[in-house]
Amino acid sequence: MEEISNLMHGFGVVIQPFNLLVMVIGIVLGVLIGVLPGLGGANGVAILLPLTFSMPPTSAIIMLSCIYWGALFGGAITSILFNIPGEPWSVATTFDGHPMAQQGRAGEALTAAFTSSFVGALFAVIVITLVAPLVAKFALQFGPAEKFSVFFLAFCSFVGMGKEPPFKTLVAMMMGFALAAVGLDTVTGQLRLTFGFTELLGGFDFLIAVIGLFGIGEILLTMEEGLSFKGRAAGINGKVVLQTWMELPRYWATSLRSCLIGCWMGITPAGATPASFMSYGIAKRLSPKGRKFGTGKIEGVIAPETAAHAAGTSALLPMLSLGVPGSPTAAVLLGGLLIWGLQPGPLLFVEQTEFVWGLIASMYVGNVVGLIVVLTMVPFFAAILRIPFSIIAPIILVVCAIGAYTVHNSAFDVVLMLVFGVIGYVMKKCNYPMAPMVLAIVLGDKAEEAFRQSLLGSGGSLGIFWSNGLVGSIMTIGLVALLWPLIERIWGGMRARAAS
Amino acid sequence: MSESSHGDGYGPRHRQVEIGVAAATAVFGAVVMAGSLQVGITWAVEGPRAGFFPFYVGLLILAASGVNAMRAMRTIAPGKLFASWKQLRSVASVVVPTAVYVLLLPHAGIYLSSALLIAVFMIWLGRYAWRMTLAVSVGMPFVTYFLFERWFLIPLPKGPIENMLGL
Repeated sequence: MEEISNLMHGFGVVIQPFNLLVMVIGIVLGVLIGVLPGLGGANGVAILLPLTFSMPPTSAIIMLSCIYWGALFGGAITSILFNIPGEPWSVATTFDGHPMAQQGRAGEALTAAFTSSFVGALFAVIVITLVAPLVAKFALQFGPAEKFSVFFLAFCSFVGMGKEPPFKTLVAMMMGFALAAVGLDTVTGQLRLTFGFTELLGGFDFLIAVIGLFGIGEILLTMEEGLSFKGRAAGINGKVVLQTWMELPRYWATSLRSCLIGCWMGITPAGATPASFMSYGIAKRLSPKGRKFGTGKIEGVIAPETAAHAAGTSALLPMLSLGVPGSPTAAVLLGGLLIWGLQPGPLLFVEQTEFVWGLIASMYVGNVVGLIVVLTMVPFFAAILRIPFSIIAPIILVVCAIGAYTVHNSAFDVVLMLVFGVIGYVMKKCNYPMAPMVLAIVLGDKAEEAFRQSLLGSGGSLGIFWSNGLVGSIMTIGLVALLWPLIERIWGGMRARAAS
Repeated sequence: MSESSHGDGYGPRHRQVEIGVAAATAVFGAVVMAGSLQVGITWAVEGPRAGFFPFYVGLLILAASGVNAMRAMRTIAPGKLFASWKQLRSVASVVVPTAVYVLLLPHAGIYLSSALLIAVFMIWLGRYAWRMTLAVSVGMPFVTYFLFERWFLIPLPKGPIENMLGL
């Protein structure tokens, strides 16, 4: 019951007036980021990270995580009112959300989306509260081989479970590892891969990559599509909210299923986007009204939103307890921890109790505050979307540039940001995933260190990764995840042959 | 698939771009391998050398790029467009001013270059009247200044104008 008292203490920290203020600011900024094209959860947090350097770590992480919740909420607004997903994970929300808005039921759709997001996040936070301390306690006994096996599993799941072609995922991920290796080798202290360029001595900072790939890349894509906003009015008032809330409990089964899918996909780093699609697909298959999905069914809003938010939130579980982030945004938050001098991973629960439980408590309070903010401020956010792109785009570019500059006070980083932006645009067009690349840049050094330390212990034999039951089974699950597309094909072939 | 089915003008073919990307990643992989060889990829007394891990990373990139190029040749219809020239022109209309902005930034300072970038966008792409343009392009740097330098005490790059004003 130590956890309960810790959590209560965390609530005490969170409801201090300064932290509550920071929370509201974070949520509003987050929704803004979620609403605007070109700014998403990951690069929004990356850009605003320098602003938090002068804050105490607990307030800083509250602000950043609230930006993240806000971005998760915000994606739904553009999907429903404008049929433009503000975030990749709200693509599935457009399928039924926008038809509802076209039928004049925008208020209902928005209420359902926000409430489902809230339910999904709450479920995930409860899972984090209960499971994360246990995982952390367990992980304290991990040696280098076990540590590497967890990284291995995380990266293999990207290859096998991603919707992009496996070899493209592999290339993107390995490029991330290569970029992470540039500069000082953490084990031997030797310089490598700098080819004599002094700018490369410090290596590549993943924050620059995030701002370029996700921010600039996204603006270029938006530009290519020649976006014009044609939105529906946002009629949301107390009566609609109450009516929708009365209706929602009827869909508890969809909700619960989506929570579970979301948590699963969030913890294994598949992420919020596949979670929302999968949840929508399963809801469509199982619902008696499944055939009418796509014409404005409220379940078609509940399912993806619940799953996306549950996944987005539970992605923080492995980040906190193992030091392995489940999503690019979680990776940026992890980068923040490092900058504030905190070492993410199981020791965090032992050494930084106040910080960890403050963060977990802020997830509860932040989502309640978030729900209130979005329900009351929808018209304001919708109005921002009506600002023409030719004004918004340069402002976003400037904000990205400032964000990139402030990471290391370096103008070279701003140039790099643009290069990453162009790379991001081409990668996205050619269906290369960016999340594994970013995660590899963040985790590259740690994964390599764990790998080399394990090999040192075993004198170079790979057998160390199968030396006991735990590490062996994690590695084997990783291999299965890696080869999953192949396994699936062979299995399908065998079944087809058996049928004929 | 015939070209005419894609209507919407001309542009680079998707297959060529995919192969180009695969070639670029392959070159990247080879460079990583070369760099790793420079620092040594074998075992030394202290264990694997600095180039050990990145060498295999580079090798994987090179091999996977080969597979991607072959898949592009096999699976992508030859007529499929990557994007039309018109679309690429709109992309370039963002990339080119931003590139100028990024190069100007260390010399002119962030405030002047940001004001210019916003003004160029609003006049060139948005066709706004100069009054509106002036308001937004001067207003945004002001807000930035107070937010970053005054409230959060984060210094941003400055140029001759800021020096003249003594900021």
